[in-house]
Amino acid sequence: MARFLIKRLFSATLTLFAVSVLTFLMFFALPRDPVTGMCPKNCNPERLERVRDDLGLNDPLVSQYAGYMKGIVTGRDLGSAQGGRCDAPCLGWSYVSNEAVSDTIARVLPVTLSIVIPAAILWLLLGVGLGMVSALRRGTWLDRAAIGFSLTGASLQLYFVGAVLLLVFVYNLRLLPVPSYTSLFDNPAKWASGLVLAWVALAFLFSAIYARLSRAQMLETLSEDFVRTARAKGLAKPTVYGRHALRAAITPVVTIAGLDVGGALGGTVITETTFGIQGLGRTAVDAVRSGDLPTIMATVLIAAVFVVLANVLVDLLYAAIDPRVRLR
Amino acid sequence: MDSSDPAPSGEPDDRPTVPEQRTGQDAYLRVSDLRVRFDTEDGVVRAVDGVSFAVERGRTLGIVGESGSGKSVTSLAILGLHDPRRTTITGEISVGGRQVVGLGDEEVRRLRGRDMAMIFQDPLSALHPYYTVGRQIAEAYRVHHPKAGRREARKRAVDMLDRVGIPQPARRFDQYPHEFSGGMRQRAMIAMSLVNDPALLIADEPTTALDVTVQAQILDLLADLQAEFHSAIILITHDLGVVGQAADEVLVMYGGRAVEQGSVEQVLRSPQHPYTWGLLSSVPSLHGDADADLLPIRGNPPSLINLPPGCAFHPRCRYADRPGDRSRTEVPELRPAGSAGADGHLVACHLTAEERAALYAEDVASVGVAR
Repeated sequence: MARFLIKRLFSATLTLFAVSVLTFLMFFALPRDPVTGMCPKNCNPERLERVRDDLGLNDPLVSQYAGYMKGIVTGRDLGSAQGGRCDAPCLGWSYVSNEAVSDTIARVLPVTLSIVIPAAILWLLLGVGLGMVSALRRGTWLDRAAIGFSLTGASLQLYFVGAVLLLVFVYNLRLLPVPSYTSLFDNPAKWASGLVLAWVALAFLFSAIYARLSRAQMLETLSEDFVRTARAKGLAKPTVYGRHALRAAITPVVTIAGLDVGGALGGTVITETTFGIQGLGRTAVDAVRSGDLPTIMATVLIAAVFVVLANVLVDLLYAAIDPRVRLR
Repeated sequence: MDSSDPAPSGEPDDRPTVPEQRTGQDAYLRVSDLRVRFDTEDGVVRAVDGVSFAVERGRTLGIVGESGSGKSVTSLAILGLHDPRRTTITGEISVGGRQVVGLGDEEVRRLRGRDMAMIFQDPLSALHPYYTVGRQIAEAYRVHHPKAGRREARKRAVDMLDRVGIPQPARRFDQYPHEFSGGMRQRAMIAMSLVNDPALLIADEPTTALDVTVQAQILDLLADLQAEFHSAIILITHDLGVVGQAADEVLVMYGGRAVEQGSVEQVLRSPQHPYTWGLLSSVPSLHGDADADLLPIRGNPPSLINLPPGCAFHPRCRYADRPGDRSRTEVPELRPAGSAGADGHLVACHLTAEERAALYAEDVASVGVAR
């Protein structure tokens, strides 16, 4: 198991390295001069040149990359124009917001985590639960209701569901405050009430997919020979379904869930925009709009880290579930 | 779907009434006039259509037939493993004196694995890939011995693995099915089915997925275990060689009906039904002429939704024209086969005993029948 873990972590590191190089090159491949984006007005050639020097853009590419990576690992000195000493993990300085990118990230990352993690728990429980129930009650009204629910969920768009939720619960019934982010550690109740609509909207859309996926998986597993064996042994239904069928049916769900959660942690742009909450996703979009290249790089890198980490986690869960994977 | 009607009261009355088997008296398993129907979107499938047999403890019944002949459905019906929403079962299945048809789910569940157990065709797919072999055996023991602790169940499972000839059973206990070879997996499957000393063991094509050399070992093992545990065994197979080696009685099924029934001696030495002849002459013989042609049965197994009228075998039977139109209009009854009378050998065929004897002697015996 330890060897398995080391192998996976090694390949994850390689992937992250590749992503960081590509992101860094993207920085220079963009059709826009990074410097003009950073001084939108009154830019004379001398000022541009000075900014370019400050940013280290006149250095060779390799040493720029090395400097950037060094900043992430140990921190570095960016010079007085960029806020001086920048502690690890240093992601550079944003001329647009005039702050260290790591400070921006530290502000918006908890927001995205607060949206995605509770929503993911909700959509997994709801989706897998619905899928299992409808598979075991195939053909009944319960099954049809679950299928209808997932069809609805799969057909609707988040900004529509979000708008309806806002209209009903915030503006008409006035049951909930206008969505906003409060730190969980400052005021848990306010944290939850400010984000619950985002959770519900995300969970509704995602659980639809999971209900269909886990229903199909469960139905397939129920026709497997080993489920018949479990019944032939005289095991009671809860054991047959829970211990024997569910464990085999859940594997593909784990894979998809890992990728979805990893992707969502990289930013939930539409959710954040719909509910007016500033998280990682909106920050990334804003950065693209204003040409804030250090912030773009940081958000892309963080999204990549989440996706890679989610993949490692999925591999580990897979190995925990399926003993045949451990051999490889 | 009109599936919920439990009693098929409107059945046509042209079905054969089935004579009692001679082993019927003190048999552990008695099946009489078993009918299994599935309701599907394409129509009603009569998977089993009036089959009767009995198996005593210590004896082995071989059920032979092509795929779709109803042999596996019969065994699943005995264990109560069908989907109750789509399946209608009538007739009687008595296991150790208890009537299983119509018994509640929970009662049947308690019999399953304890009084009657099953071995499946492909042990790789029949064992759960995510649990160790030992854990699966111990689980089968503990479900019927709720007071047994983990340690006791483990000891019992290791003993069973040892008993079925798996070397280093204590180490093998903690391995997964994919770490076993095919033959060892089937041994483990047998250990699992026998862990509660069931009086009835149903083996559904237990050797089909295995190498020929391993097949013989598994059959020997089953025979040994039968002698030790004195269990009644149903051996489902399409392989008459396996039947000859392991069974005491034979039931030949075609289109969900019994077409021939009797002792192994009777059925293999003087087969009476043209279908049985076909089965025998499509098996190469080790002792006969190596150049003799194999004679496959022409055509395909019938659709169980739409069985041919009359004798279900008539479209494939080379002698169907001899009894005239009766082959196409009248379902042949299962009757004593010999002119001598009731020796337990039954056949469902419109040909007379004399015609069958003559045809068999002329046409079939020459083509190198197995054995």
